[in-house]
Amino acid sequence: MITNGTSKTVVKLHVNGETRDVMIRSADTLLQTLREQLGLTAAKRACQNGDCGACTVLVNGEPTHSCLSLSIESVDQHITTIEGFNNSFIQQEFVDKWAIQCGFCTPGFILNCYALANKHPNADDATIEEWMQSNLCRCTGYQEIKEAVKSVLQKHAGGSVS
Amino acid sequence: MLDNPWMSVGKPEPRIDAVEKAAGTVRYTADYTAPGLLHAKLATSTKAHAKIKSIDVTEAWKIPGVRAIVTGKMFPFHIGPILADRPPLAFEKVRYFGEPLAIVVADHEYQAKQAAGLIKVEYEPLPVVNSVREAFQSNAPLIHENSGQYIKIISNVYPVQGTNIGSHIKIRKGDIITAWENCDYKVKETYSFNLSDHVALEPRCTLVEINPAGKVVVHSTTQSPFTIKKVLNQFFNIEVGNIIVHVPLIGGAFGGKGTVQLEPLAYLASKAVGGKMVKLEYDREEDLITAPGHIGLEATIALGTNKSGKLLAAQYTYLIDSGAYTDQAAGITRAMALDCTGPYDIANVWCDSYCMYTNHPYATSFRGYAHPELTFAVERTMDQLAKRLNFDPVELRKINAIKPGNSSPTRTMLNANNIGDVVQCIDRAKELIGWDENSLRKKTTDGKVRTKGISTFWKTSTTATNAQSGAILKFEADGSVNLNCAAIELGQGTKTILAQMVAERLKMDINKVHVTMEVNTQTDPHQWRTVASSTTFLAGRAVMNAADDAISQLKRTAATALQCSMEDLEVGGGRVYLKSSPEYGVKIEDIALGYKYPNGHAVEGQVVGHGRYIQRHLTPMDKDTGFGKPGPWWSVGTQAVEVEWDPKDCTYTILKAVTVLDGGKIINPMTAVQQMRGGMYLGLSFASQEAFLFDSHGTVLNPQLRTYQIMRFGEQPADYIVDFIQTPAADGPYGARGIGEYGVIGMAGALANALSRAAEVELNHLPLIPERIWKTRKEMQK
Repeated sequence: MITNGTSKTVVKLHVNGETRDVMIRSADTLLQTLREQLGLTAAKRACQNGDCGACTVLVNGEPTHSCLSLSIESVDQHITTIEGFNNSFIQQEFVDKWAIQCGFCTPGFILNCYALANKHPNADDATIEEWMQSNLCRCTGYQEIKEAVKSVLQKHAGGSVS
Repeated sequence: MLDNPWMSVGKPEPRIDAVEKAAGTVRYTADYTAPGLLHAKLATSTKAHAKIKSIDVTEAWKIPGVRAIVTGKMFPFHIGPILADRPPLAFEKVRYFGEPLAIVVADHEYQAKQAAGLIKVEYEPLPVVNSVREAFQSNAPLIHENSGQYIKIISNVYPVQGTNIGSHIKIRKGDIITAWENCDYKVKETYSFNLSDHVALEPRCTLVEINPAGKVVVHSTTQSPFTIKKVLNQFFNIEVGNIIVHVPLIGGAFGGKGTVQLEPLAYLASKAVGGKMVKLEYDREEDLITAPGHIGLEATIALGTNKSGKLLAAQYTYLIDSGAYTDQAAGITRAMALDCTGPYDIANVWCDSYCMYTNHPYATSFRGYAHPELTFAVERTMDQLAKRLNFDPVELRKINAIKPGNSSPTRTMLNANNIGDVVQCIDRAKELIGWDENSLRKKTTDGKVRTKGISTFWKTSTTATNAQSGAILKFEADGSVNLNCAAIELGQGTKTILAQMVAERLKMDINKVHVTMEVNTQTDPHQWRTVASSTTFLAGRAVMNAADDAISQLKRTAATALQCSMEDLEVGGGRVYLKSSPEYGVKIEDIALGYKYPNGHAVEGQVVGHGRYIQRHLTPMDKDTGFGKPGPWWSVGTQAVEVEWDPKDCTYTILKAVTVLDGGKIINPMTAVQQMRGGMYLGLSFASQEAFLFDSHGTVLNPQLRTYQIMRFGEQPADYIVDFIQTPAADGPYGARGIGEYGVIGMAGALANALSRAAEVELNHLPLIPERIWKTRKEMQK
């Protein structure tokens, strides 16, 4: 396996239901690999410090900061990015509730909301708040995002969110 | 009049960019890559003020993959949008913590970063100017020794050689000295806050290449692509026509992407590697402090009234912390002077607005351009004055509200077209917040205190006097139309608004209007910038003119096809038809590319409408008195908040926030509400918790989002209430004025007024963290 920062190794990543070969350094983050090698650029590089949530992807269904995960740790995990969603109702809710302005934080919020709806389909306001606090938005003021999340939870009501 | 089924203006049309944004397929600047792309990283200053004794790049060159290292000696010149005072890479000395010193270009970003970290800089420390107050002292260390020699790019900037004053703008209206003596009530207070940042979620990024024919191709996160062309031309001697700037969608800007900062660096980097394409993508830390942020301020305001509360005299001293360079802070200094009073009619006004150099990261435009900042100070003073007079703060504002027939501080005459209705905004906001002057401060059963605060504001857009926009409408064979306009989509919804105006004017289905989302300066008509809440106005007028041009072309082709005169025809519903017999007409798809007779002969060709609009009758301001007409119109508004404050630990929650804006006709009520809420949130986040923290050496202690906290989900007001008064502007497209920045403007004032009432102290310094409220109370009790 990889032992230093400069040599590279080919590994397989399971992303959005596909198995893809990527060539990584030990220091490469999952965010870098998704963006630079797989062209999955919806996960954003906005702080590289786990502070803003714009890089959020799902790893085995868990919302994860891909800027704080190494690619090497992600081998044998199931990774989902927003590109793996296809016109899901949850995306439509964000559109319908006017929860999108510049769109830069949107994929992260939607993935986080998806995971929340799966794990806590009956989440109360405090739980919603706790989950959504990991993601920053600078355009909306959060009200429309809150409405979208609540609407997703309401419509989901135990069914599948995707 | 019959209902127009294609009516679009005034309707909450869905945003045309939302579906792709939800899908995550929109490509922002940093999402672009290319084979052979090289990466640049900066080495930045670790001192706030020091002479550069040497820069040693030996160790940096040892990192594999390094292709070039550029230092300030290679371009020892100053650039700037208003005053050319800033070297893109520091040479001779550094003036702020985080200032670019060198650029490393390498095959991979991590290599460039590693190498940049190995550049050794030897400094000779200089005394640090750590506040505007220090900078203003006559014996203060000089940050720019030769500021008098800098080239002025626009006329209204006045650096004072031998001081730290980067510019000084004056307003002299009426006779302040006599008027002040005649006042019955007087208040004089001082306000302040430190520099802060825009924190657009998308960090700045650019890609630049120089092709062998000498064309410079730039991709950037910018609000001002045509200004990039201007800067590369002015300071790097590249022909304007040889510079092409591409701008995809932008991930939030808030004014921070309006100036030109990283593009010249990437240009120098590309030049150093033979013109290959180089990407410079900022880390958050660089985006916060290396790139320009939001001004700091120290303001002193003196207001005087007669016995009935009418303002007679006012004096304003604004010391603007522009940091190490003037950039747009020089323009903000001017904007702060020309609207210094807020929306109040005062006959005698004296304002001195100073752009002060300090050893802080430098500042540029921030949503509101001087207005959130001056409004905080003005509205705090109004509340303190109301207390002195024992007046209801709302009544004091109404007595003094500015109206048609009054004049602005620069003595622009106001009329029903160029200013909104301040009193109506106040009355409606009062109603929405539930203002009851007898119970503005209430205790809750659990020992907390509920209060309300109000703030009124105005703003004109101080664009260039020749600011302009253009639009092109190209018809497709199916009768649909493509709109080309260099207005940039930053999240504000401008492309949707323009599509609505096209649909309305052409009376066609909005789904048949295809808007080019990306901007390309080679194919799009000139657009001044996408700033200053001016795009709906300037680009809107250009789009309407383009639609009118297209309509006359459609009528001309249709007149041939229908064998009638153009005057007989009307365009609507995807057809051109006879006014007198609407059933007799031709489909646009049959004439969009010209009309073909049954025998094969053809006439006219593609319908391509074009339109343009340029600001009218704007003037610079007089150096000594401020006299002039710097902006086209004033949108006005009133904001209010209700807070619940806990006296035990001085923490608080914002229960409710209200905005009532008179921005003329609202084109899309939902995007307008989005803009207001987003602005309110930005203003509340700034007022409640944002500021850079400096140590005694001028080092920024919180250059990360972990330590520079912006409002998170759940901290926003539980309830945002937005309403519009729609006094039409005769000049505006469909009566619209600008609205983009306005949600921010009054929030700091309203929040500080509510919390001052709650804590029963005057909270005149931001941000309003609980510790500051606690300290202010402690000091008062001494």
